[in-house]
Amino acid sequence: MTMKTILAGATLALGLATGAAAQDTTTVGFVYVGPIGDGGWTYEHNKGRLAVEEHFGDAVETVFVESVPEGADAERVMTQMALQGADLIFTTSFGYMDQTIAVAEKFPDVRFEHATGYKRADNVSTYSARFYEGRAVQGHIAGQMTESNIIGYIASFPIPEVIRGINSAYLHAQEVNPDVEFKIIWAYTWFDPAKEAEAANVLIEQGADVILQHTDSTAPQAAAQAAGNVVTFGQASDMSEFAPFPRVSSIIDDWAPYYIARTQAVIDGTWESTDTWDGIGPGMVGIGEITDAVPADIKASAEDLVERLRTGEYHAFTGPINKQDGSAWLADGEIADDGTLAGMDFYVEGLTGDIPQ
Amino acid sequence: MDLSSINPILLLASLMVAATPIMLAAIGELVVERAGVLNLGVEGMTITGAVCGFVVAVATSSPWLGFLGAAIGGAVLSLIFGILTQLFLSNQVATGLALTLFGLGLSALMGQGYIGIKAPEFPDWYIPLLGDIPVIGPIVFQHDPMVYVGLAIVAGVWAFLKYSRAGLILRAVGENHEAAHALGYHVVRVRMLAIMFGGACAGLGGAYLSLVRVPQWTEGMTAGAGWIALAIVVFASWRPGRLLLGAYLFGGVTVLQLNLQAAGAAIGVEYLSMAPYLATIAVLVIMRAGRAPGSLGQSFHASR
Repeated sequence: MTMKTILAGATLALGLATGAAAQDTTTVGFVYVGPIGDGGWTYEHNKGRLAVEEHFGDAVETVFVESVPEGADAERVMTQMALQGADLIFTTSFGYMDQTIAVAEKFPDVRFEHATGYKRADNVSTYSARFYEGRAVQGHIAGQMTESNIIGYIASFPIPEVIRGINSAYLHAQEVNPDVEFKIIWAYTWFDPAKEAEAANVLIEQGADVILQHTDSTAPQAAAQAAGNVVTFGQASDMSEFAPFPRVSSIIDDWAPYYIARTQAVIDGTWESTDTWDGIGPGMVGIGEITDAVPADIKASAEDLVERLRTGEYHAFTGPINKQDGSAWLADGEIADDGTLAGMDFYVEGLTGDIPQ
Repeated sequence: MDLSSINPILLLASLMVAATPIMLAAIGELVVERAGVLNLGVEGMTITGAVCGFVVAVATSSPWLGFLGAAIGGAVLSLIFGILTQLFLSNQVATGLALTLFGLGLSALMGQGYIGIKAPEFPDWYIPLLGDIPVIGPIVFQHDPMVYVGLAIVAGVWAFLKYSRAGLILRAVGENHEAAHALGYHVVRVRMLAIMFGGACAGLGGAYLSLVRVPQWTEGMTAGAGWIALAIVVFASWRPGRLLLGAYLFGGVTVLQLNLQAAGAAIGVEYLSMAPYLATIAVLVIMRAGRAPGSLGQSFHASR
C-alpha cells in the first residue's frame, strides 16, 4: 500500500467519523468578545453556554472562541466554526454584526444568532436584553446615593444600546435628584481593564462619587474600592466580590433560558429568524441584590421600581421627555416605541456634552 | 466645557502614576540601546513581567515579592533574546519582534487561572512633612513606593552612565564594539548584563500595571506600553534626563485626554492620542544625525 492510499483512507475514515458525529449531536458555537473570565459580559454568555451543555447533555456539543476582536478576525473565526460543522452560532457582541451577516450568506444551512444587533437574514436572528430597564434602577439608586451630585459614567462605544443606557440612568437619577450631573467618558472598548481603571480614577478625581459602567471588567470596581467612598454597580454580571460596598447592586444578563430554547428549536427543526428583546419581565435582565449599604427607604423604592418594570406597569421611557436640544420627544404619558429605542442616537434633556460621531 | 472641574493638582499627581510603567520599561531599554543592542521585545518582556508579578504577588500576598518576581521573569525572558542575538548572532530586529509575540502568548498561558482575581493591596506612602507641603506635597510625595523606585532607577542610570567607570565601558561597547574589544573589554558579557537589566526593568513596568495601576491580570493588558517605551527612548535621544520628560509627556497625554472628556471638552480625543507620536517624529527630524549609539543593532563577534 502506498502512502497515498493510506492517507486517502485515513481522510475518508475521518470524514465518515465526523459525518456520523454531526448527525447524532447538535453543535452550538459561541464567539466571545472578551475572555470568559472577564467577570462581566462574556462570563455571563459563557454561563449560558454551560447551561446549554448541562441541559442537553450528550445531545449537544458546544464550542467557543474567546477574545475575538470585532472586525475581520471575527469573520475568520465564524467561518472556521461553520466549516467545523456548527449548526447554530451565537455571536455575542454588537461589533460582529456585519461579519455575522457576511458569513451567514456563505453558509445558508447554519443558523446564526447575533446579540444586540439589528441586521437579520433568513438564517440570522437577533437577540438582546432591555438593559435600559436595569439602568433605570441604577439611576434611581445612584441619584439618591450621590452626595456630590456628580455621577461618572464609563461608556464604551457610541451605539444606540449604550446611549439608551445613559439616557435611562439619567432620567431616573434626575427624577429623584434634580441637581444630578453626569460626566461621561467614552472608553472606545468593551474590555480593557487598564483603560477602565484610568477612566474611573479620572471620574473620581473630578468629583464623581457614583460610577456607572458600560464596560465589562471589574477594574472600575477595584478603583472605587481603593477610593473608599464611591458607589458602583455590577455590569452584565453580579460582580458580587465587590459587595456590599462599593458594588450596591447590579444588572445581570441571564442568557441561559434563551440559549436553551434556541438550541431546542434547532434540534426540533422549528428554528426561525426572529428578533428577541426581553427585559426584567421574562428574566433576561436580572437585578442583583441591593445591599444594605443602600438606606432601607431607597432600597424599598428601588425594589418597587423593579417590580413595576417587571409587570410592565411602568416603561422606563415614559413621557414627558425632551431631547437634549429642548425639542419634545415624548408627550406626557406617551411611551417610547421600540423602533426609536433601537436606533436611539440622541441624549435626553439635561445631559451635557455631545455624543461622539 | 467646564475646565474648572479638572483639578490641576490631581491631574499632575495622576500623571506621575501614569508615567511610571512606561518610564520603567524605557529606562531599561535605554541602557540596552546604549550598550549597542536594539531589543524590540520590550512589549513581550513587559507583559511577562506583569503576569509573573501578579502570580507571585497572589501566591505570597506580598506585592514586593511580586515586583521581584516580575523583574526576574522579565530578565529570564530577555536572556533568551540575549543568547540568540549575542551568542548565536541572530538578527536583533527579528529576534526582538519574535520575543514580543512569544511574551504575549506565554503571558496569556501563564495567566490562565488568574483572570478575575484581586491583587494584594499596595498602599500609597504618605511621606510625613514633605507630603504636607501645599500643592507639591499631593503631586510628588503621596504616591505608592514604586513611583519613587522608578525615579531612583532613572537617577541611578543617569549617574551610572555619566560618572562610573562601568558606565563608560558600557557606552564604549555601544559606540564602537570593535574598539572596546581591542581595549580588552568583554563586549558580549557587557551586553548580556545590559539586556538582562532591560528585561528586569520592563518586567517591573509590567508589574506596576498588574499590581498597582489596574490592579488585575488580563490578557494583553499592557496594551502597547512596551512600544511607547521604545518611542520614548528615541524621543529622549538616549539620555536619561530627557527620558523622564518623555515619560511624563506620554503618560500625561493619556490622563489629560480622559480628563478633558470628563469635563466635556469638544477637542477630538484622537488628536490628543496622536500628539506624543507626532512629537517623537518631530524630535527625530529636528535631532542632529548620529546621536544613536554607533554600534546600535549590529552583531558582534570577536573573530572579526
